[in-house]
Amino acid sequence: MTPDSLSKAFFSVVRRDLLLAYRHRAELINPLAFFVMVVTMFPLAVGADVELLRRIAPGVIWVAALLASLLSMDAIFRSDFEDGSLELMVMTPHPLSVLVLAKVTAHWLLSGVPLLLVSPLLAVMFDIESDVISVLLITLLLGTPVLSLIGAIAVALTVGLRKGGVLLAILVLPLYVPVLIFASGAVDAAASGLPVSGQLYMMSAMLFLAITLTPWPTAAALKMSLS
Amino acid sequence: MIMRFLHKFSSPPYFYSISGRLLPWLTVLFLALLAYGLYGGLVTAPADYQQGDSFRIIYVHVPAAWMSMFIYVVMAVSGAIGLIWRIKLAEIVSISSAPIGASFTLLALITGSLWGKPMWGTWWVWDARLTSELILLFLYLGVIGLYSAIEDNRTASRAVAILALVGVVNIPIIHYSVEWWSSLHQGPTVTKFAKPSIHIDMLIPLLVMAGAFKVYYAIALLLRCRNELVQREQGSRWLDEILENK
Repeated sequence: MTPDSLSKAFFSVVRRDLLLAYRHRAELINPLAFFVMVVTMFPLAVGADVELLRRIAPGVIWVAALLASLLSMDAIFRSDFEDGSLELMVMTPHPLSVLVLAKVTAHWLLSGVPLLLVSPLLAVMFDIESDVISVLLITLLLGTPVLSLIGAIAVALTVGLRKGGVLLAILVLPLYVPVLIFASGAVDAAASGLPVSGQLYMMSAMLFLAITLTPWPTAAALKMSLS
Repeated sequence: MIMRFLHKFSSPPYFYSISGRLLPWLTVLFLALLAYGLYGGLVTAPADYQQGDSFRIIYVHVPAAWMSMFIYVVMAVSGAIGLIWRIKLAEIVSISSAPIGASFTLLALITGSLWGKPMWGTWWVWDARLTSELILLFLYLGVIGLYSAIEDNRTASRAVAILALVGVVNIPIIHYSVEWWSSLHQGPTVTKFAKPSIHIDMLIPLLVMAGAFKVYYAIALLLRCRNELVQREQGSRWLDEILENK
């Protein structure tokens, strides 16, 4: 097998998933609407005090992003598992980990990138300054792929179960903790005028660690769920 | 030689009979260590010059916290062994460890918060170690939840092993990120082997208690493993023979 055919397999899986999502455009909006709504709940719950809202905004946006990505996570393998295309992917000569990475990439393009596009708007609603908004965007850019990559492991473990929903949250949320800490830490630091390069380096490190390591357990878990 | 011993040990009938013979001895050892450790910790160890008698809760708290992390590693390692070599006993050890580890984690959290009330004036602070211990509890709950959600035992064991391995890679990352996030917990007092910042009369009972907890874990683990083994091997010939002889 030449490397050419491997990258071809990668991109054809990405293309297929994007195309499938494009055919069901309406479903793409749901996690995004959820994200915006969760963020909207906070001012209603804690009051409209601008000072307080500005202080908690990074955390609120990040927790909402976490929940939204969790919500959309289940779809990453579910339909392929149910209609049998996942079994065909396992049977191809290509390593499953590469195909998994392709599926996660497509999923991130469909769920992470929209969050990235909407969050500046929410940040403005919370009266965050523009240079802090850029830091928030960088953390989302580095952090949401990690969420997708880690979440994929748990989805692969639970995809064979009929009631995987709550279990998925229990499996995934503890693993999301480092991302949450560094991301909201970076935004907090930026808001108080401190340098943020340390946190951003840590997040990049986590991203590359996740890209290199998570496809294997995900592939192993998928094979287990299919057996 | 070692491999042959391990191979023999990991066969269910052999494990069942030898663990049955080991259990009484372990129980005696556990009771002896526990009695000595409790006596040393509660009676002979001097009161702390700052914390008074409240510090004595460390004789339960610290060993429980150690065990909570130790058991997670045992769970992940035996899960990996089960995953790679498909050894039934390793799978059973892995999954039987989870509830015990979760209990120790809960014990560490409860004793810690009981100690925190007189010392820090509050039941709970969002401090690094407490929080990462709480997250460890969540990881255990995930493992237990996943195992009970999958019906087939062997598949469930493999799923749990994968999850435990992912968790074990993540624990240091979680630990250090939480540490970086905030800390007000007192620094480690025992790990400095060169010159521990704890008095020797306080240290010895602590180590004895840690030993007692380890032995207790061994007892609980063997009991749970035997139980799980009997459930999984229902109808196999060696089990029928044992049951008939009773």
